[in-house]
Amino acid sequence: MRKMQVDVAVIGGGPAGLAAALAARQEGAAQVLIIERNHELGGILQQCIHHGFGLHRFKAELTGPEYAQRFMDELKETDIKVLLNTMVLELTKERTIYAVNSREGMLEIRAKAVVLAMGCRERTRGALRIPGKRPAGIFSAGTAQRYVNIDGYIPGKKVVILGSGDIGLIMARRMSLEGAQVQAVVEILPYAAGLARNVVQCLEDFDIPLHLKSTVIEIHGEERLEAVTIAQVDENWQPIPGTERRIECDTLLLSVGLIPENELSSGAGVELDPVTNGPKVDDTLMTSIPGIFACGNVLHVHDLVDNVSKEAERAGAYAAQYALEKLPAPSRRVKVEAGANIRYVVPQEIALDKPVEFFMRVQQPEEDVYLDLGGLRRVKKQFVKPSEMLNITLTPEVLSKLEGDTLTVRIVSQKEVGADA
Amino acid sequence: MRKTITCTVCPLSCQVVLELGPRGEILSLTGNRCARGKSYATKEHTAPERTLTTTVKIRGGVHPLLPVRTDRPIPKDKLREAMRATAELEVEAPVKMGDVLVENFLGLGVRLIASRSLEQVQ
Repeated sequence: MRKMQVDVAVIGGGPAGLAAALAARQEGAAQVLIIERNHELGGILQQCIHHGFGLHRFKAELTGPEYAQRFMDELKETDIKVLLNTMVLELTKERTIYAVNSREGMLEIRAKAVVLAMGCRERTRGALRIPGKRPAGIFSAGTAQRYVNIDGYIPGKKVVILGSGDIGLIMARRMSLEGAQVQAVVEILPYAAGLARNVVQCLEDFDIPLHLKSTVIEIHGEERLEAVTIAQVDENWQPIPGTERRIECDTLLLSVGLIPENELSSGAGVELDPVTNGPKVDDTLMTSIPGIFACGNVLHVHDLVDNVSKEAERAGAYAAQYALEKLPAPSRRVKVEAGANIRYVVPQEIALDKPVEFFMRVQQPEEDVYLDLGGLRRVKKQFVKPSEMLNITLTPEVLSKLEGDTLTVRIVSQKEVGADA
Repeated sequence: MRKTITCTVCPLSCQVVLELGPRGEILSLTGNRCARGKSYATKEHTAPERTLTTTVKIRGGVHPLLPVRTDRPIPKDKLREAMRATAELEVEAPVKMGDVLVENFLGLGVRLIASRSLEQVQ
């Protein structure tokens, strides 16, 4: 078995892994390694051929592959090692990685610090428990995206899409452009889950109906999907009798959520947050296991890759500091809690001696509110909604004013606060 | 006549309401919360444009398809024609990101460019 020793090992070569590795090298880690299971770097960006990436970071609207290429080009100028076609099988809490590829067989990699950057997976039909037959023609939207954009297969001609998240909307446009008939996008929530821009450019441009407060309640077809039955739902998401409607289709795409891919993290004993499904981390993006860091969609599902890159750079830099023994344990730690109308906050625990970037999502859409961070900072927001991640950085000067051992993040209505704010 | 346009400039997604005259000319424009919203809605009403992103066939590449895009937005009503044109196109690997595949695409004064590099299969 080939044995290697590195300063920082990054698991996953998508946008998070690329940015983390580059930052780790820049921070002074001499030996940085990226382990990637695909035959090329870039991760999911390579199949996201639509544009709109990089507005914050590059002030340009890039396609997914273009965004990835910028990092890959930068990587080529460094001595960062990349193992492609290599699958990590196990990570231990002592930061030993067991991986395998067809050139070298088993590999044992000992790392002074590890960055988890494995991304996420799509929720499947099984997770939704849609009743009915099990014919061919039901795909997760991301799988269909790969077939269409990389492999060159069109999954079907008459399509229904369940879920109005951005991937579902993007695929509605993509399938329409390629000549398929997109019959409907069906969304259980009372509003579209994706960006308004995508509702306009992916649905309205192609006259695709969006059925809100509705879901697929039955699948029809023996060998191949023939139709789905959709129905409206009540406030408890239960189908309302009498609202059923049959839509003929040969393809159903599911865009119903992403789940951080934490098999390896769990195996190492990393503590997970039941809400994000990603590791619990501190302000240095270190997990519950010393020397193991996490960033990108394996940590929590992001909506903008720009935020992934930024977060990953911090994880990479802190991982390098840890490897170089320059990351001292803080003297005081504070728990971060999700308060009113906040679904989750990352990081879950912070020290007060460094700037901390907080990422959070709300539970419900709300207008004219303040985002309140432990009373230390209150930011006016015209609009908050679950599909748009909020982020804000607090400086050590502000953080040091915190009393007690908990920082609660909450949404406060502007009316409630009144003129005193 | 009245027409509502969802502004897509920022996440606020203002509903911009246009009062239109008999020839479609804009008489008034309300509901936008900023100047960018006004210019977006005006443009969207008079001459809507979209950037086309799609794929073309590639011979000898590590993948069978090459992602491409127009280097600038094209009129929205040209999207179908543009898709038919890209379906006919086939290029040869290797290709570098930014390579111009078609100059003056559809006579629209835009270029069709490769949106990634794709190496030759070994």
